[in-house]
Amino acid sequence: MNAPLREQKAAQRLMIVDCDIHPIQRSAKDLYPFLSKHWQEHLETFGGHVRQGLIEQTMWPRMMAAGQRADAYPAQGGPPGSDFELMKRQHLDVNGVEFGMLVALSKGGMEERNPDLARALSSAVNDWQLEAWVKRDARLKAGIVVTGEDPEHAVAEIEKRAGDPSFAQVILSPRSSEPLGRRRYWPIFAAAERAGLPVGLHPAAIPGGSASSGAGWPTYYMQEHHTFVTGSQATAVSLVMEGVFEQFPKLRIAMIEAGFSWAPALGWRMDRIWERMRKETPHLKRPPSEYMREHFWFATQPMEEPENPQDILQVFDWIGWDRIMFSTDYPHWDFDDPRQAIRVRLTDEQREKIFRANAKALYRLP
Amino acid sequence: MKLPLDGAIDCDAHLSVPNVAALLPFMSEYWRDQIVNRYIDRSGFNLMSYPSRSPFTVRDDWRAGQDTDGLDVLRRNLLEPFRLSTAICHTLHGSIALFNEDMGAEFCKAVNSWVARERLDREPRLRASILVHAQNPALAVEEIERCAQDPRFVAVLLPVMGESPLGRRLYWPIYEACERHGLSLAVHAGSTYRHAPTGSGWTSFQSEDYVLQSSAFENLIVSFLAEGVFQKFQDLKLVCMESGFTWLPTLIWRSSKTWRGVRTEVPWLDRVPSEIIRERIRLTLQPVDAPRDPKILNRILEQIGCDDMLLFSTDYPHSHFDGEDVLPDGLSEELIRKIAIANPLAAFPRLASAHAGQKSRETVQ
Repeated sequence: MNAPLREQKAAQRLMIVDCDIHPIQRSAKDLYPFLSKHWQEHLETFGGHVRQGLIEQTMWPRMMAAGQRADAYPAQGGPPGSDFELMKRQHLDVNGVEFGMLVALSKGGMEERNPDLARALSSAVNDWQLEAWVKRDARLKAGIVVTGEDPEHAVAEIEKRAGDPSFAQVILSPRSSEPLGRRRYWPIFAAAERAGLPVGLHPAAIPGGSASSGAGWPTYYMQEHHTFVTGSQATAVSLVMEGVFEQFPKLRIAMIEAGFSWAPALGWRMDRIWERMRKETPHLKRPPSEYMREHFWFATQPMEEPENPQDILQVFDWIGWDRIMFSTDYPHWDFDDPRQAIRVRLTDEQREKIFRANAKALYRLP
Repeated sequence: MKLPLDGAIDCDAHLSVPNVAALLPFMSEYWRDQIVNRYIDRSGFNLMSYPSRSPFTVRDDWRAGQDTDGLDVLRRNLLEPFRLSTAICHTLHGSIALFNEDMGAEFCKAVNSWVARERLDREPRLRASILVHAQNPALAVEEIERCAQDPRFVAVLLPVMGESPLGRRLYWPIYEACERHGLSLAVHAGSTYRHAPTGSGWTSFQSEDYVLQSSAFENLIVSFLAEGVFQKFQDLKLVCMESGFTWLPTLIWRSSKTWRGVRTEVPWLDRVPSEIIRERIRLTLQPVDAPRDPKILNRILEQIGCDDMLLFSTDYPHSHFDGEDVLPDGLSEELIRKIAIANPLAAFPRLASAHAGQKSRETVQ
């Protein structure tokens, strides 16, 4: 993981767009410059209010170092992902990151129940991404963190940031209180489409209120981890079946840390069921898999590992070589090293697509 | 394509109880009074997962006669055209969604007795699963013990989405009873909707819920793996019914990869999930959720990498295929033979004795 720096020939030097990097605040105080006195005091007194039983802790404890790379803890304290210099030294520079897409999962108000606090946090975390990260390193691109449960504010926040090239996408929590395809969320999709920004969906630790599976709550992290996959399947089904892509034909979705090898089978399955059930969803004009093929991009981490490594090529074929985007998930424990994550030989063209070109096209990067 | 052989074993066919009145003779006096006085006998007890007029619940050309006695219709539509030796029938009665677990248990008992009397006694080609109300595992075990005396019951039936993930220890007495009697655990698509069908809440359409049954089966399998059910119950066989199967390769890959990272959390899970899944989990054929291109189907089967896993099913009277073309194109004859006969016999050990033509000595009444 923490491979020593070594000189490489220019030809071997890797250039990547990393589609999943997690910046985090050293503490909530990092957001204070962007919060009113009222909200600073509120945080000091009440803290956050989310839909789970523990404060600032997941109910499925992670496997190592609280789910982080143990070597990514800054020497001066604070959580991994809170120290720009360490991230630069440990990841951006040595891994040839040409662009890094920031996914700020922490304290952005996505899961906050107090609606006014959620609004304040969302705006604050977006300002903080600019000041603490993007202004320090132009390789980093912010994502507009929005309050999914409060579409009015989400739209305002998108409109406020639209046109600023520092922001490359809208970050919306897929652990929503209703499946994301439902109409209450459509104003957000409309705003993203108007702004020409993809919507990045990254499942995270804090539940949105519903049990993480249709059969209730998992016992172990091993199960909770898998619900990132099944939850993402549900999100994809909802977006397709509700007709979101008929309504917003230019909307583009980035599935981040959602897995991807499940996508072909889900498309086939939807198609077969749609054949028999299509009268229920007359707003769909085409087989569901076509909407998936057209509107979804997938970040690779955690890389799928077929038993026969060559099968990954088959998966890329089925999904589309133009839809797969490399990501590391720095600084989390299951970080994918760009030199090792794909174990099969790719052609130069395939490599270029997955490691750079697809993300550049999606996020309209130079 | 059509079945090229006689004597296939259909592992997922459905019976429906015509009405609650048919169950009253099998209930205690107290419950008969309750059901009649409270007009509960006027309810349909149809599960929300299977709305009776929805296109996939009953195939159009199989609708005629569903509201009559039904057994002749079953013979005419299922047993005869598909030339089956055996059909394992599952009765997804709505009583499993009741919150009152005593009433639920009484209904399950009545349903199982009705199945034995009105179906198994009258048609020797039929076998059945034992319906239980899983909310109270102790009552479920009582019912399993009662029915297990009748060798024509070959499995215990649970819906894939109920109160809690099915691997949880509170359900283990049910699996212990299964193992004791050689009963397979037949987990069928469907939900009692104790929870929203997704981790992000309630979907809008039946189509979505139906698509997402496969996600529920993924979570079921990961639950069984993580909780160590397969280690604790070495002889238990888990059959996923109406689950589809194209999602299986990626589940095998993902759960095996995840296990390498998290195995210290679940130290009893001492083997790689890919091996356990192939040894212990079986899935019924219909609905085939693959594209019609045999090349793709065969790629998926290669990735599943085990000929023992699929079990022939029609899912009668649910609607997944037309006419008698119950098999997807592109299966080898050898695989068809395994899917149709050998795999079902291995997945439901209690079929073996009955299949050999042995007469049952005791039957549930």
